[in-house]
Amino acid sequence: MSTLTVSVVTPDGPVLEDAFEMVSCKAESGELGILPGHIPMVAPLTISAVRLKGSGKSDRIAVSGGFLEVRPDKVTILAQSAEKPSDIDVDRARMAKERAEKRLRDKQTDIDFKRAEMALKRALNRLDVYENKF
Amino acid sequence: MASLRDIKGRITSTKKTKQITKAMQMVSASKLNRAEQNAKSFVPYSDKIQEVVASIAQGGGDASHPMLENREVKRTGYLVITSDRGLAGAFNSSILRKVYQQIHQHHTSADEYTLITMGRIGRDFFRKRNMPVDKDITGISDQPDFADIKDIASETIQLFTDGEIDQLYIYYNHYVSAITQEVTERKVLPLTDFNEKGKAATSSYEYEPNQEEILKVLLPQYAESLIYGALLDSKASEHAARMTAMKSATDNADELIGDLTLSYNRARQAAITQEITEIVGGAAALE
Repeated sequence: MSTLTVSVVTPDGPVLEDAFEMVSCKAESGELGILPGHIPMVAPLTISAVRLKGSGKSDRIAVSGGFLEVRPDKVTILAQSAEKPSDIDVDRARMAKERAEKRLRDKQTDIDFKRAEMALKRALNRLDVYENKF
Repeated sequence: MASLRDIKGRITSTKKTKQITKAMQMVSASKLNRAEQNAKSFVPYSDKIQEVVASIAQGGGDASHPMLENREVKRTGYLVITSDRGLAGAFNSSILRKVYQQIHQHHTSADEYTLITMGRIGRDFFRKRNMPVDKDITGISDQPDFADIKDIASETIQLFTDGEIDQLYIYYNHYVSAITQEVTERKVLPLTDFNEKGKAATSSYEYEPNQEEILKVLLPQYAESLIYGALLDSKASEHAARMTAMKSATDNADELIGDLTLSYNRARQAAITQEITEIVGGAAALE
């Protein structure tokens, strides 16, 4: 079966580069599944998990936003942060989750509220990817 | 002539200074290595994001975004990257001089510009001269993560989006080699110039959902990445500049120790000669 080269790149360096058969991810307009031979496309991603399926292997990556660039034989994900389950700092994510929840309960100004909400989303996403809930 | 004790004291203190500068040189050398690696690992990200931004900005005719448009300039933002600590040769002074000159050439009153500084030296410099420092960040680690500066980068870009500033320039030391760094001025916002690199790779994309939505996500991310890239570049320059400065300090200390040792030996010999003359003179007087 034909494959796609998937590379995940962040400002702190490349996270992953490997061949897979399918990429599924959550774009801002909804779930996307990409197979080899897809037309060139660009789409922004939400804070979510990207699932990669290959022959006999699969991988998950927690991305915080960013976007996806598709070419017929190559998928590039550019995100400000992206982590494999093994690279996730669980304690930090848990702490971030608690901190964000506390802020949301206290309900300060609008900006804080939005930031806390984003932080909570990122923390939950990391924890979900770590615990393999997808 | 200085006494033997004085010279000895100076030799000891110079030796101690030399030990310190030598240690700092080696620390900077290893930090420079790391900083170079960091800058290298950022390249794929910046190349890719530039390619996509350029292909969207040039490819589609109907794509528009405030960040791509030139508007009448009422207020200019200057983002100045310096270090937190000195002892890095001309690293900080050359960049501060350049920014200072630029501001005095182009602006007559403090309302026309605002400064955003990274690093303590820059902040203190402008504060002391009563120039408006809008935002500042200090204590950036030697191996900065993107997360460390994300807040100040996005706040700076927010200033542009909110219309507080109409253009944004960034000043930093570009790392050319371990002995050369050049002060670089770069216009970040509005995004008008794209490298040729992006043009060559232009391919037509489908946009999901549409170009405008993508630009909304992409452009701030791109501008932030430019700022982060400049910071990484500047960090590498900082360590290189400090390494060179400390190396010449160590060399100077060596030279000084040589000179002092020479005059120490001369003084010692003179003292011995004098003693002998005295003894011989004394013995001659007894006969």
